[in-house]
Amino acid sequence: MKTKLFDYIERDNLIFRLSGLTKLICFICMTFSVMFSYDIRYILFVTVLSCVFFWMSELKFKQIKVMLIYVAIFLLLNFILTYLFSPVYGTEIYGTSHELFRFSKRYVVTQEQLLYQITKISKYASMVPMGMLFLLTTNPSEFAASLNRIGVSYKGTYALSLTLRYFPDIIREYNDIALAQQSRGLDFSKKEKFGQRVKNVVAVMVPLILSTLDRIDLISNAMDLRSFGKHKKRTWYVAEPLRKSDYIAIAVGILILAGSLLMTFLVNGGSRFWNPFI
Amino acid sequence: MEKKKLFDFKTRTIVATGLGAALFTVMFMYLKVPTGIPETEIQTAYGVGGFFAALFGPIAGCLIQFIGHALSDSVQYGSVWWSWVIASGIAGLIVGLSYGKLRVEEGIFGKKDIIYFNVMQLIANAIAWIIVAPVLDIVIYSEPVNLVFTQGIVAAISNAISTGVIGTILLVLYSKTRSQKGSLTKESEE
Repeated sequence: MKTKLFDYIERDNLIFRLSGLTKLICFICMTFSVMFSYDIRYILFVTVLSCVFFWMSELKFKQIKVMLIYVAIFLLLNFILTYLFSPVYGTEIYGTSHELFRFSKRYVVTQEQLLYQITKISKYASMVPMGMLFLLTTNPSEFAASLNRIGVSYKGTYALSLTLRYFPDIIREYNDIALAQQSRGLDFSKKEKFGQRVKNVVAVMVPLILSTLDRIDLISNAMDLRSFGKHKKRTWYVAEPLRKSDYIAIAVGILILAGSLLMTFLVNGGSRFWNPFI
Repeated sequence: MEKKKLFDFKTRTIVATGLGAALFTVMFMYLKVPTGIPETEIQTAYGVGGFFAALFGPIAGCLIQFIGHALSDSVQYGSVWWSWVIASGIAGLIVGLSYGKLRVEEGIFGKKDIIYFNVMQLIANAIAWIIVAPVLDIVIYSEPVNLVFTQGIVAAISNAISTGVIGTILLVLYSKTRSQKGSLTKESEE
């Protein structure tokens, strides 16, 4: 079981040296640009860019293999479900129908549907390299600091950094409790009946939650004693000043977002979809 | 009795949010109960989310489910399905509104409170999964309408079961560990 939330291993290269703030802004810009656009040309462009960034970061493929398998299963399922539920949704969107072949009366395969579904998948897949890059190259403590610097209240970001800090502890505790309960004969597998399984899960949850509640009291008392939350602002030990490369990276991120908006409003005439069928 | 401020974000709420979100993430990733229908699992995490929301209020509830869902999504899939993450947050927020009336911390969680909590969580899950999640799916991802509403209804039912059953059990158990106000009586003096 993974005990670390982010496999953050520090390396010395351009991507790692960028500040967390820069990476957050770029991530948000790129995510928005592909979420907004339904133009497969632009989405593929962003995908290629994010793959290039991923390559620049010198991350190992091994680190993301498991994630990729999950993503592939998810996308495949979404692809099939979308087709089963709405086989002619593409036709509705693009307004034309170029039939390729059909399975039955309801299940037609049209070029429009294929374009729609492939676009949708690439939209999701294009964000994956960026997301992983962001997760694996950002120092978790710096992440909270950078959220604070883009304007999120420090109380909220402090909650987030507590989450990141205590995630491994809670997993360890969960493991201990689950093993202890299993050694007493509690079964979590499919062999047990449904109702009993829910009960067994609760038997792990209760000690876990009670110990978490104790810990909440302990930590909040400690923080209160040190006057946490007294002032409107707070500084962060890990926050770094922005460098020249950061400004360049932010500019690139904003250009990508602007490009997506330009494609929509100038090239595709205000529609989020690129329509090659008319 | 002191009236509880619904949207107070004091140190205890912040810490509860942080740790609650970590707990939510762990459960979201590992403690799923398969129902037998493929790809539909009862996420026990929503039970814990509901429990924390009832104990610490709407802001904690909202952030716990939002952060927790976003983190577990990003760790497992590398990117976040925002429409559902936002819906999770809204569900937590609405369940958290029950915080004002409940007195679980003082050891009171009777039949009336159970019904109140469950009505709130049913409303919360219905709004979040049958309205918010599908609408955002359509706006952000242009998913087909009938697919997202079917998914939404399935999610609403399974999450309502999780919040209702597990959340209620946890609240009852926790209220029993708290000593009630005035539970001590003075023994007669000799």
